[in-house]
Amino acid sequence: MLQQVKSAFAGDHDVSGAPVAVGCRAISAGYGGQLILDDVSFGAAAGQITALVGPNGCGKSTLLKVLARILRPSAGSVSLLGEDLSRLPTRKIAQRMALLPQGPIAPEGLTVKELVAQGRFPHQTLLRQWTSGDAAAVEEAMALTDVAALADRPVATLSGGQRQRCWIAMVLAQDTDVILLDEPTTFLDLRVQVDIMTLLHRIAAEKRRTLVVVLHELNFAAAYADRIVMMRAGQIACEGTPTETFSSQTLDRVFDLDAQVIADPETGRPVCIPRRHMPNPAAA
Amino acid sequence: MTLRLTMLGPIMVIGSILVLFLWHIAVGAKSIPILTVAESLWHFDRTEFDHVVIRNLRLPRAIFAVTVGASLAVAGSLMQGVTRNPLAEPGLLGLLAGASFAVVAAVGFFGLATPGWIPVVAAAGALGGAVLVWTIAARVPGGATPLSLILSGAAVTAFLGALITLMQLMDEQTFESLRVWLTGTLAGRRMEVFVWCLPWFIGGLIIAIAVARQVTALAMGEETAIGLGVDIARLKIIVLICVVVLTAASVAVAGPLGFVGLVIPHVVRLLVGSDYRLIVPYSAGIGAAYLLVVDIAARLVLAPAEISTGIVTALLGAPFFVWLVRTRL
Repeated sequence: MLQQVKSAFAGDHDVSGAPVAVGCRAISAGYGGQLILDDVSFGAAAGQITALVGPNGCGKSTLLKVLARILRPSAGSVSLLGEDLSRLPTRKIAQRMALLPQGPIAPEGLTVKELVAQGRFPHQTLLRQWTSGDAAAVEEAMALTDVAALADRPVATLSGGQRQRCWIAMVLAQDTDVILLDEPTTFLDLRVQVDIMTLLHRIAAEKRRTLVVVLHELNFAAAYADRIVMMRAGQIACEGTPTETFSSQTLDRVFDLDAQVIADPETGRPVCIPRRHMPNPAAA
Repeated sequence: MTLRLTMLGPIMVIGSILVLFLWHIAVGAKSIPILTVAESLWHFDRTEFDHVVIRNLRLPRAIFAVTVGASLAVAGSLMQGVTRNPLAEPGLLGLLAGASFAVVAAVGFFGLATPGWIPVVAAAGALGGAVLVWTIAARVPGGATPLSLILSGAAVTAFLGALITLMQLMDEQTFESLRVWLTGTLAGRRMEVFVWCLPWFIGGLIIAIAVARQVTALAMGEETAIGLGVDIARLKIIVLICVVVLTAASVAVAGPLGFVGLVIPHVVRLLVGSDYRLIVPYSAGIGAAYLLVVDIAARLVLAPAEISTGIVTALLGAPFFVWLVRTRL
C-alpha cells in the first residue's frame, strides 16, 4: 500500500523522512468569514498515529475537517497519497481515506452489522451492490474491534464504548490507507478510553494504516501516538515525537498549563502531571 | 419483526395490495360482488353494466389510489431521511399547499385547460412552497430546526389557503369544480390527467429507488456521509427534484392529501429498520395499500354518502402527528 504514495507534491516527506500519507500546505480556513486556520502546513507520515492536540478553539478539529474535505479551505491545498484532494472525486477519496466524526449518531433501529456494512459504501455502485469481498471486509472489521457478538443488536441499545467500537469497525470496513478520527474517546469511561486507544494503536501497527486523531487527553496522545502536533490559535506551535514535544515549557506555551513531565517507568513515554494550584494550608 | 431478509415481506405487501384493490373496486354506491370485479378485469364484457362502471369509474379510482399513495409515502420517506427530521412530509412543509395554489391559480384564474400542463404547474408550486417554507425557517433564530420548519410550513399553508379561498370567492362558478378536489379526493379525475402524470410518477419512483443507498448514508449525519463518499450537495438537489415531482403528480391527480407521507415511513421503519433500500420500496407498497384502505373507508363510513379521501387521511393522520411530536421531537 505504501508504495502507492506518489510524490506529486514536492517535499512529500516529513522531517524524519517518512512519506506523507495525508497533509496540507499553506491552509487558511474558517467559518463564515472568521478565519480559524491561518497558513497552516501539516503532514501525517504513512503508517503512523499522528495526534492533533491543543486547547479548545485552537483549530485542531477545523484542521481535521479540512483534511476530510468537510470544510473547503479558502487558501492552500490538501494532498492525499500524493494527489491533490480537490481534483479527486469524493467517492475515490472515500476509497482511500475514512472519517469518524465527533459524536456520530446511528439512525434508530440500525443494527451493528448494518452500520459496519455502511463502510463498504464507496466500494459499491448502483449495479454492483454487495460482493464476497464486502462481506469479508465487514467480518474482519467486526472481529478486530470485537463487536462480532453484537452483530444483530441495534446500535442504539449499546453502551458508549461498544457503540464507538462499532463506528471504528465501520471506518475499518471502508478499507482505506488513511483514517481520520475526531475525538474518538470523548465522553467515555477511562477504562473504555484505554481500550479504544489500544485498538487504534493495533490498527496502525498491524494494518499499517495512517491515523490522524484529534485528542483531548494529553497523556493518551503521549502514550499512543507516534507523532504529536500541538496547535494554538490557528497555528501549529510545535510537532515531533512525544519525547520531543512534551516538556514543561511547551505545555506552558501551548496550553498555559503548569505541569511537570516525567517518564512512564514502564514504557519510558512522557507523562504530564499538572501542578495543583491551591493555597497550602501548612504554609499559612 | 424482521421482514429484512425474507421473501415473506414483499409477498405479503403485494398480496394485500391485490386484495384491497379488488375490494376497493367492489365498494361504492352500488356494491359489486368481488367475482364480478375479477371477471370484468380478466374477461371484459361491454354489454354488462357492472363491467362498464368498473372500467370507466372504479378501476381508474383504484389505480389513482395506488399510485398517489405510493408516491406520497415515498416522498415523505426521502424527506425524513435527507433532513433527519421525523416530521418532514409534503403536507407539513408546504409542498401540497404550494402545488394546490399553483393549480387553482392556473386553472381558475388563467383558464389552463391542457391536462399535460397541470403537473408542470403543480411542480412549480410545490417547489415554490418548499423554498418559501425553508427560507422562512432558516431565518428564524436557531435556523431550520424540525420545529421551525413545521411552524413555517403551517404559516405558509394558512397563507396560501387564504389566497385560494379569496380566489374562490371572486369567481364561485369556475371554482365550484375545484372545491371538492381541494379537499383531496380520488373521485372524478379524468383518466386523461392521470396519463399525463404517469411519467412523473414512474420517473420519481425510479429516482427514489436509485438514490436510496445514499439516503441511508446521509441519514447517519452529513459528516459521516461525506466520509463515506456521498456528494451531499448533489444528493440533496436530486432528492428535492424527486420529492417535488412525486408531490406534483399526486396533487394533479388527487388534490392535497395530507399526512400520507408522514404516517407511512414511520410505520415502515418499525417493520424494516433504517436501510432506505428497503424503506423506499416498502413505503411505496404500504402507502398504496394505505390509500386503498382510506378510500374504502371514505365510501363506507357514511354510505351511501361519500366523504373526501383527504378528510379521512387527516382524521387518521392528525392524531398520529400529535403522537410523533410527543415521542420524537
